[in-house]
Amino acid sequence: MEIFILRRVLYAVPILLGVSIVIFGLVQLSPGDVADLLIPPEAPKEVADLLRQKFGLDRPVYEQYLIWLGNLLQGDLGVSIFTNQPVIDDLSSAIGNTLKLAVPAAVLGFALGIALGALAAVGRGGWLDKLLSGLAITGVSLPHYWVGIVLVAIFSVTYNILPAQGMGPQGFPSTWEQIQHLILPVITLSLIPMGVVSRLVRASVLEILSQEFVTTLHAKGLLHRRILLHIMKNAAPSVLAVMGLQFGYLLGGSILVETVFNWPGSGNLMNLAIFRRDVPVLSATILVLAGLFVVINILVDVLQALIDPRMRR
Amino acid sequence: MLLATSAAVLGLGLAAPAMAGGTLRIAMTASDVPTTTGMPNNGYEGMRFLGYPIFEGLVLWDLSSADTLADIRPGLAESWSQDPNDPTKWVFKLRHGVTFHDGSPFNADAAIWNLERYYNSDAPQFEPQGSAIVRARNPNVAGYRKIDDYTLEISTDRPLSYFPYLLVYMLYSSPTQFEKVGSDWAAFAKAPSGTGPFKITDFKPRISVSLAKNATYWDKDRVPKLDGMELYPMPEATTRLAALRSGQVDWIEVPPPDAIPSLKGAGYEIVTNSYPHNWPWVFNLAKEDSPFRDVKVRQAANYCIDRDGMVELLNGTAEPSYGFFKKGSGKFGSPANAYTFDPDKAKALLAEAGYGPDKPVKAKVMISTSGSGQMLPLPMNEFLQQTLAQCNIAIDFEVVEWGTMLVAFRNDPTGPQSLGVDAMNISLVSSDISQMARWFWSANMAPNGSNWGHFQNAEYDKLLGEIQVASGDADVSAKVKRLNEIVVDEAPWLWIVHDLNARAMSDKVTGFVSAQSWFQDFTPVDLK
Repeated sequence: MEIFILRRVLYAVPILLGVSIVIFGLVQLSPGDVADLLIPPEAPKEVADLLRQKFGLDRPVYEQYLIWLGNLLQGDLGVSIFTNQPVIDDLSSAIGNTLKLAVPAAVLGFALGIALGALAAVGRGGWLDKLLSGLAITGVSLPHYWVGIVLVAIFSVTYNILPAQGMGPQGFPSTWEQIQHLILPVITLSLIPMGVVSRLVRASVLEILSQEFVTTLHAKGLLHRRILLHIMKNAAPSVLAVMGLQFGYLLGGSILVETVFNWPGSGNLMNLAIFRRDVPVLSATILVLAGLFVVINILVDVLQALIDPRMRR
Repeated sequence: MLLATSAAVLGLGLAAPAMAGGTLRIAMTASDVPTTTGMPNNGYEGMRFLGYPIFEGLVLWDLSSADTLADIRPGLAESWSQDPNDPTKWVFKLRHGVTFHDGSPFNADAAIWNLERYYNSDAPQFEPQGSAIVRARNPNVAGYRKIDDYTLEISTDRPLSYFPYLLVYMLYSSPTQFEKVGSDWAAFAKAPSGTGPFKITDFKPRISVSLAKNATYWDKDRVPKLDGMELYPMPEATTRLAALRSGQVDWIEVPPPDAIPSLKGAGYEIVTNSYPHNWPWVFNLAKEDSPFRDVKVRQAANYCIDRDGMVELLNGTAEPSYGFFKKGSGKFGSPANAYTFDPDKAKALLAEAGYGPDKPVKAKVMISTSGSGQMLPLPMNEFLQQTLAQCNIAIDFEVVEWGTMLVAFRNDPTGPQSLGVDAMNISLVSSDISQMARWFWSANMAPNGSNWGHFQNAEYDKLLGEIQVASGDADVSAKVKRLNEIVVDEAPWLWIVHDLNARAMSDKVTGFVSAQSWFQDFTPVDLK
């Protein structure tokens, strides 16, 4: 098991290195640069050139990349060219804010997804299956920014019972005011994982139901509830893999949902960095998110291996 | 589409009471809190909210009246004069008794320290971001020196009679506070100190900034009535609208035009004012095969746009533009061409230029998807495209991202950055003579300046040169009128609309005077 984990961790190194190169390459391919966005349109060209020189943007791309990578290895994520603030400050607060949404959205989405998927599979072909499958497909299909706007229109504008935007007082959400700010964006964000997981659980459970060992369990006279536990355990590895990916997506922050709810999370930060061509912020954000994605997937791999020893091979 | 749909959805809602107390809560259009070191980014919206309320310049805008175009007034300098023997030298008498928010005095040393911060890249307090913004707006500063503790001399690289108009874009921060926080601009941004009527008490990047009344402000007539302000960056118009309607903020900048009728119906006030702020097409006169090199084609285009229809499209948040300054203002003059929506006249002009149904004018225009001051570029340009087609002017668009447009604007119009376009739709300030020099003076042709279209007119250059060395206001005033007449008749721009700078606020907000300016004064504002 230790070798299995070590191998997974070592795989992460070339992945992250590749991600860092791709980030730099893509940023260079996009038109315009931070100097042009930092100063007013009427700024003479020499002012923009001076700024590029000051921030080392006039150096060859590979040189900029190597300097950045060198600093990164020493734990220095750099300074935002646009705000002059340390990237680590912006990034840690943004990821913290996104976690406040992603964790409850994942818990809600996964719990509902597993419950609805299992119920739909058990009642296969019946009205409950059709209803729950319809719900799952709706969750996946509706543009979630639109759902967010509709929820705001109903609960904030019309009935004025929940805030329309923002995250309220900072800190761990423990007060009612902080929780109020979470409700609408968490519901909005949970729809996709709920739909995806529900569909997958239904399909996996149905597949396992048709296997011979289930018939054997029935023949042995096991209780229906016990049989379902066996089925869920067998379905877990594939569902876990998808849940890991979905949680990774949630951690990346939804640019659209964060925009609708004016939530200062990682999606919002990345969006700002893209439009500002703020290379230090953009590079660090993508790299850290990619790192988190990799870590989540390693954890999922380990969990899968724990549940199903065949996967360690 | 998202904006329109959601604005319509939210427009169905009911008004909710705000809960403000003495703190005015404003949703800005900026995507982040503008920088707080005293020379804010985020364009002129940054200056409006995180500039003038907290920091001040030697010269300030007079934003006290809604009835006249905002002009300059003394700020940290009580008075100034141009050296009669050497018109490149300006002497500023600094105001006594002004202190920064940290209690340290504003004097000539503090002023010189700030000038070094902007113009001397070797100075320990040099601030690259602030310097880039200041130098962009004040490229002519050649030197400065302290004469005594309250007298300062600034020299320019050539005589510039309108130099004080450029100084409103240079704000002063506290040297003492900078040293106190460890001589670091990132640390200063978290605990800034200026001389303005408000001081920053809390700064949360990307979330909000809190301002409190500066009760010891030097100008006793302008001590704020509010206890404070909370400013939120909210780039999405729909989110701003929802925040206003749910009572989370008291005031939003740029409400979506679709939502204005419902906002009015729900008792919110829509505040606009008329002032010159053009949203034009800048014609590319340098491109060899551009149809707009022919003045008749430029005039024809100006006769073939339905400005009133555009205003209707925008629900009254803009007004027609017929020139650099507003028609009817003292600076407009009497140009030969009074542009109206007259397709027949446009077609006649095009016929004289050799164009007609069999040979339409074909042109490509660079437009952005969004951007500072760009209003609603996509529907507005589609509207223009349809109108111009009636006169056999076929327009194609090169749709680019805002940053790409800025790159093109700074480079030669025939360079690869301009993507071969014949015009560019970019919102440009049109408030005073200093801007006329930026956009139309032949010495400022891109890439050496901001005359992107390479407009050149001998009479214009001559008059501008005379204005730059002029000393009498009356003489300057007549010449400014003539400059406007020239740009109207020569039409280097397609004059489309002036932005009315709409904002929506709850009925709790009182005392706001909507100045004829992009900038506003928050000191008289109060909450019921």
